[in-house]
Amino acid sequence: MDSGQFWTIVVLSLQVGGVAILATLPIAFALAYLLARGRFRGKLLLDGIVHLPLVLPPVVTGWLLLLLFAPSGPFGKVTQALFGATVLFHWTGAAIAAGVMALPLMVRAMRLSIEAVDRRLEDAARTLGADRRRVFATITLPLSLPGILAGAVLGFARALGEFGATITFVSNVPGQTRTLPLAIYSALQLPDGEGMVWRLAAVSVLLALAALVGSELLARRAGRGLHVL
Amino acid sequence: MSFDIAVALHRGDREIACRIAAGEGLTILFGPSGAGKTSILHMVAGLLRPDRGHIRVGDSLLFDAEGGIDVPVEARRCGVVFQEPRLFPHLRVAANLRYGMAPDVDLADRIAELDFLGIGHLLDRWPRTLSGGEAKRVAIGRALLSDPQFLLLDEPLSSLDPARREEIMQVIERLRDVVRLPILMVTHDREEAERLGSRIIAMA
Repeated sequence: MDSGQFWTIVVLSLQVGGVAILATLPIAFALAYLLARGRFRGKLLLDGIVHLPLVLPPVVTGWLLLLLFAPSGPFGKVTQALFGATVLFHWTGAAIAAGVMALPLMVRAMRLSIEAVDRRLEDAARTLGADRRRVFATITLPLSLPGILAGAVLGFARALGEFGATITFVSNVPGQTRTLPLAIYSALQLPDGEGMVWRLAAVSVLLALAALVGSELLARRAGRGLHVL
Repeated sequence: MSFDIAVALHRGDREIACRIAAGEGLTILFGPSGAGKTSILHMVAGLLRPDRGHIRVGDSLLFDAEGGIDVPVEARRCGVVFQEPRLFPHLRVAANLRYGMAPDVDLADRIAELDFLGIGHLLDRWPRTLSGGEAKRVAIGRALLSDPQFLLLDEPLSSLDPARREEIMQVIERLRDVVRLPILMVTHDREEAERLGSRIIAMA
């Protein structure tokens, strides 16, 4: 493997992870808000379903995604009708797998930060004439923003490391679905792949460490109730 | 009539109930801690919904259980000063003060009218850097600048040292005598009640 292949893998991984997190962010936030503030029947069940990818064997998650997104599956029919294409063997499929696997971690971090928002401040804002929408936009959201960003960064790190669900769901296609962990796995099978393994593993460690430190710094800001931007 | 209030609320196995029929000036709701004074204040603000009764302030009917009227908090135009200042930690003092103001009103002009609060020099500060007395004065200022029809003060003098207490007492006297807003104030301190109250309503 040469340097061109190396950079293809790194760029593809960042692209898959980035798109996965951007697409998952609003879903994760809506779920986190619902779980933090909602009172409804089946909340425990929803909580369980959201956390399922965290405890299921990733291969099972990948297989379930395969059933859903296969051309004959319920979501597969939708992607065929909308885009005339399938996400199988395609980088968008890898992003879906990464997003689903990162979802529980993101929801957890965001839920904690929403629960940490002092409801008394929201009450105070309402007495000052703010309706619920304005309270959300000017108090709840900014105060939980550091935790939301921390959840996104953590989810990004998780997405970069995604292996089992991805290889089951969209296989190991160079330039499409061969992200860092899959490339390391492939390089390990090659007789002269050791140099590549070292380089890819080093990138993985650096990215993961940077994400964890970044996430922790953001979470600390959240703890102090500071704005982040 | 400034306040015409008759409310009742079940909380666990006890009932918090209160009747207030008060003219202008400052009405004190007096009683030991745990008597439900703060709950009454929150009912008037709309943060807590009574089981029965009605709440009328000035000409506006804010709540009437039988008539099915329950004006939402944000439409009640009540200036509330809570026991804790409840300043928004992510906003500077100026933005806290502006939060309840109409967007076209100039903050500097309004602050000048409220010179007795002595908060003009705090505008660029973050809430966490304020002392207890400063935070309390900003909280009072923020409530006043939201252009309220009446004020609710919950133990405004608690957790302040004697010098700051005297300072805030003078602010409250000023609100009572000069700004002339109807005020409902909760306290458990007899001395405060007797000095500030135009009338005192005791809660057991």
